[in-house]
Amino acid sequence: MSADNLRRGSLEIIDSKKIISRGSLYVAQARLTAMFKWIWMILAIAVANPVLYLLSIGVGVGAFIDKNAGPAGIDGVKYLTFLAPALLATSAIQGAIDESAFPTLEGFNWWKNFFGMNATPISGNQIATGVFLASFVRVVGTVVIYWFVMLAFGALESSKAWLAIPTAVMAGVAFGSITQAIAAQIKDDNIFFVIFNRFIVMPLFLFSGTFYPLSSMPVYLHWIGWISPLWHATELGRYLTYGHAMTRDMAITHFAILLSLLVVGVTLSRRLFTKRLAK
Amino acid sequence: MTSSLVTARGLTKKFGEFVAVDAIDFDVAKGESFGLLGPNGAGKSTTMRIVGATSQRTSGDLTILGMDPEKFGPQIRAHLGVVPQQDNLDMNLSVSENLYIYGRYFGLSRKYLKTKIEELLEFAQLEEKRDAKVESLSGGMKRRLTIARGLVSEPEILMLDEPTTGLDPQARHILWDRLFRLKEQGVTLIITTHFMDEAEQLCDRLIVMDKGKIMAEGSPALLIKEYSTKEVLEIRFGSERNSVMANQLREMCERIEELPDRILLYHEDGEVLLEQIYSAGLHPKTSLVRRSSLEDVFLRLTGRTLVD
Repeated sequence: MSADNLRRGSLEIIDSKKIISRGSLYVAQARLTAMFKWIWMILAIAVANPVLYLLSIGVGVGAFIDKNAGPAGIDGVKYLTFLAPALLATSAIQGAIDESAFPTLEGFNWWKNFFGMNATPISGNQIATGVFLASFVRVVGTVVIYWFVMLAFGALESSKAWLAIPTAVMAGVAFGSITQAIAAQIKDDNIFFVIFNRFIVMPLFLFSGTFYPLSSMPVYLHWIGWISPLWHATELGRYLTYGHAMTRDMAITHFAILLSLLVVGVTLSRRLFTKRLAK
Repeated sequence: MTSSLVTARGLTKKFGEFVAVDAIDFDVAKGESFGLLGPNGAGKSTTMRIVGATSQRTSGDLTILGMDPEKFGPQIRAHLGVVPQQDNLDMNLSVSENLYIYGRYFGLSRKYLKTKIEELLEFAQLEEKRDAKVESLSGGMKRRLTIARGLVSEPEILMLDEPTTGLDPQARHILWDRLFRLKEQGVTLIITTHFMDEAEQLCDRLIVMDKGKIMAEGSPALLIKEYSTKEVLEIRFGSERNSVMANQLREMCERIEELPDRILLYHEDGEVLLEQIYSAGLHPKTSLVRRSSLEDVFLRLTGRTLVD
């Protein structure tokens, strides 16, 4: 009990100003500490995912497609090169969903640890931002690893290819921030993920021009691409990794849409976190 | 700053039409151990969340450490240690990591936390569990960890919401011992409970709440003196005869309470009363003389028992 005899008291040892400015970093630290318990799993997924997909579909299915497509290729390149940027953005989105949805459901519904955090000087805004930041770190890691695997497969043809890293990250965290905002609203999560994965994530993955150009789908399905962060990131990724034809205005539009989703997602999740904690 | 750490006047919280806390007034002095006693749904936890500066009041005035929680939530929470009714530990982290990360939320340095965590593990008797996952802990251990966590910042006020609910008797006594030591060190405690014995053990002063209102206020001894007699005689005639017998006994004591399974007779001397009952030719199946407790105070004030 020696400790308590030396008690100085919170009035002396705590600097509220420091917490107000850095609180979200403390939350991110907590999330990253938790994430690091699974680091080998996360790394294994980050490496195995691109290797398996690029090998099976990019190279395997690609061999058939390239044979039929002739020398013009798909969009002027090998199928592998065409497919890879879409998978890059997909992995960013999947990683972001994992790190946004699960911590948020845990924090509010399963373990309620967000309420514990909020009993300290940490605010709802800071919790939302901290969860987002940690997810951001995971997405950057995933995308960088994926990018190097693409490099190893010879799927990068442009000198601007490295710029596909930030655009994929952007798509990931934009999607993640929206997911985070939705998850903050969920009280009964039993069916949430079933619906979310089957009716939102999966169709977006299939119909965002991932495996073939959006233009080869019927016109009445094109809207799926337009509302999908994946399609915008894929288009940008194709432009950056192999020079897919794109006007400057279109590039700016794709980027602006991703940026707006990100701003909306982050703003909304900060607001919804605060609201839910204040009840 | 005045010696009052918490001042509430007309404190009210509504959820839609429902009034959870109904215009209550109270003060908590520095170094005091202050209790909120009442049944489930009395408004205790809501009051705790408002004083904990996480939930906002609907109306009334509230000052905590000289600040209004509506404007200075984080600044107030920096000096509170909160032990919620339901443990909300971070299950991703180990025992010591929970303490470390929680300390970080208060902006405390790595160096400070290194020594503090050792003290807290000792305090909570969890030294051997430092690297264990929180999930593997027993209920009592989780509770002690939650309390230790609340102490990581050396708070001015430690707030405990139903600290021993769900614990076995041994775990409760260990916790009481720990809380008593804190009280001795001058930490201000605010405790809610629906256990009478807990309130009597730990609280210098308490308010009895029911349906969002304060029914009475004072030290446990004073409340018992004011609202009850020194002793209580509990007798049973069997459930069918209890109410008939109660009418005969009414005049022999100061007050009588009829419960479904027994009759409570309030009297300064329970043994004397029991003798009178026997002399009157009545033979209860069982009888027990005990001292009045806060349970009796609550029964008197609300006409209901605390644990229904």
